[in-house]
Amino acid sequence: MSKLTVSPSPHIKSGQTTKKIMWAVIISLVPAGIAGVYIYGISSLNVIILSILSCTFTEALFLKFRNRDPKTILDGSAILTGLLLAYNLPPQMPFWIPIVGGVVSIILGKQIFGGLGQNIFNPALVGRAFLQISWPVYMTTWKNPRWWPDAVSSATPLAKEVSSHFSYTDLFLGNHAGSLGEVCVIALLIGALFLLFTKIISLHIPLSFIGTVGVITWIFGKEGFFKGDFIFNMLAGGIILGAFFMATDYVTSPLTKKGKIIFGIGCGALTAIIRLRGGYPEGVCYSILFMNAAVPIIDRFTKTRKYGFARKSPSAITF
Amino acid sequence: MKKLLKEFFKGIGSENPTFRLVLGLCPTLAVSTSVINGIGMGIAATFVLLGSNIIISLVRKFIPDQIRIPCFIVIIATFVTIVELTMKAYAPELSKALGIFVPLIVVNCMVLGRAEAFARKEGVLKSILDALGMGIGFTLALLLISSIREILGNGTLFGLLVIKGFEPVLYLVLAPGALLVIGLLIGGINFLARKRRVV
Repeated sequence: MSKLTVSPSPHIKSGQTTKKIMWAVIISLVPAGIAGVYIYGISSLNVIILSILSCTFTEALFLKFRNRDPKTILDGSAILTGLLLAYNLPPQMPFWIPIVGGVVSIILGKQIFGGLGQNIFNPALVGRAFLQISWPVYMTTWKNPRWWPDAVSSATPLAKEVSSHFSYTDLFLGNHAGSLGEVCVIALLIGALFLLFTKIISLHIPLSFIGTVGVITWIFGKEGFFKGDFIFNMLAGGIILGAFFMATDYVTSPLTKKGKIIFGIGCGALTAIIRLRGGYPEGVCYSILFMNAAVPIIDRFTKTRKYGFARKSPSAITF
Repeated sequence: MKKLLKEFFKGIGSENPTFRLVLGLCPTLAVSTSVINGIGMGIAATFVLLGSNIIISLVRKFIPDQIRIPCFIVIIATFVTIVELTMKAYAPELSKALGIFVPLIVVNCMVLGRAEAFARKEGVLKSILDALGMGIGFTLALLLISSIREILGNGTLFGLLVIKGFEPVLYLVLAPGALLVIGLLIGGINFLARKRRVV
């Protein structure tokens, strides 16, 4: 009799855990980090290290403060937040900016809401948005790739006056000024492929996100319709990093496939609108944060039908 | 006597309009960018609160119940007009900085709330103490919020430089900073209150 165990579902478990997923995403981000450090020089490694240390330390402190098991720090979520935050920052900046960003990301982005799994917004993007608003000068002082003759700051390709100087190959390889981890598209795509093959992310959000940006910038990108440079807009800025690694965050994205596509289209539309008509040259960060806020309502309207229930149950219509 | 003192101190502590009742947030969010603005707004609101509480408490038996809100608004608006014109005459800079938020005291939930919940039921002396307590509580809350925002967001206090070489957190003097500071303060006060079981 002891062999018979009566328990509620689930009965079949996959070996997937939060910890494994977090570390897989961290590994998938490594190529982009190596590329960033290679392009902007070894000093940009400081930004990554400081950001990760700051996030991990804040997380540990907060776990202690909330009487939680300090071992949860090993699940890698704080390290991932730190890594993503660093990838969103310019490669050269005062040492305290990534530290403040890490503290803000973990406390205001995550722990205030109740820790991992409870946060409404992507923590790394909360930190980045805070830094962007607080210290706009440091956050828009870019560094050129180290083999360029003038190592002093220049504008990113998205700044309207310089956008025509860059070839698609430059954008693909990351041969231009930009945020630390977002510049080298090929390195990011290698990481994204790894995540797709291990089925940690699905293509719904990234494809609808990047596709929407492409379509809108193609139609409205320049004077007259259908003349915009959509390949440029799909490669430049933080869109690849945002679409594959930030918008797909499990906690802050919708649950169903339909919801994910709506989420991606929303992100893409907002990004394109901010890029074309907004005050900032880049809109990936804010568009993902905006859509994060819309996730509960997307989830509400894309509920799947329960097996065996009527197609339109009265309870589904009432609000 | 003890009861009267309780009416006074409740506005500062256990029933603080900003942190415990969460009333009158519109001016709190808008003008707490600098300490001078905060104190100015606090004093203006305290004066209106005091005046309206006294008058409403005096005439509470003549006001028909059905039209009490319009009556309250007229009384409150009278005092707001006094404040607004006085401020324009004697402190034109402050008046400019506070802008629309001085006339908007008319519809401040805190002022109307005290009229509705307290002055229309209680005597004059109690109403005076209630108004003073609430006004001082509101001013202290504004002082706290605005000094956090001014020191961290601008690096100054009363317009004087506080820390040399400090890079101000611009976020805090902008609109979202107000929501963030108030939210964190209310959260922190709730946390402490729950710990001491005085909710």
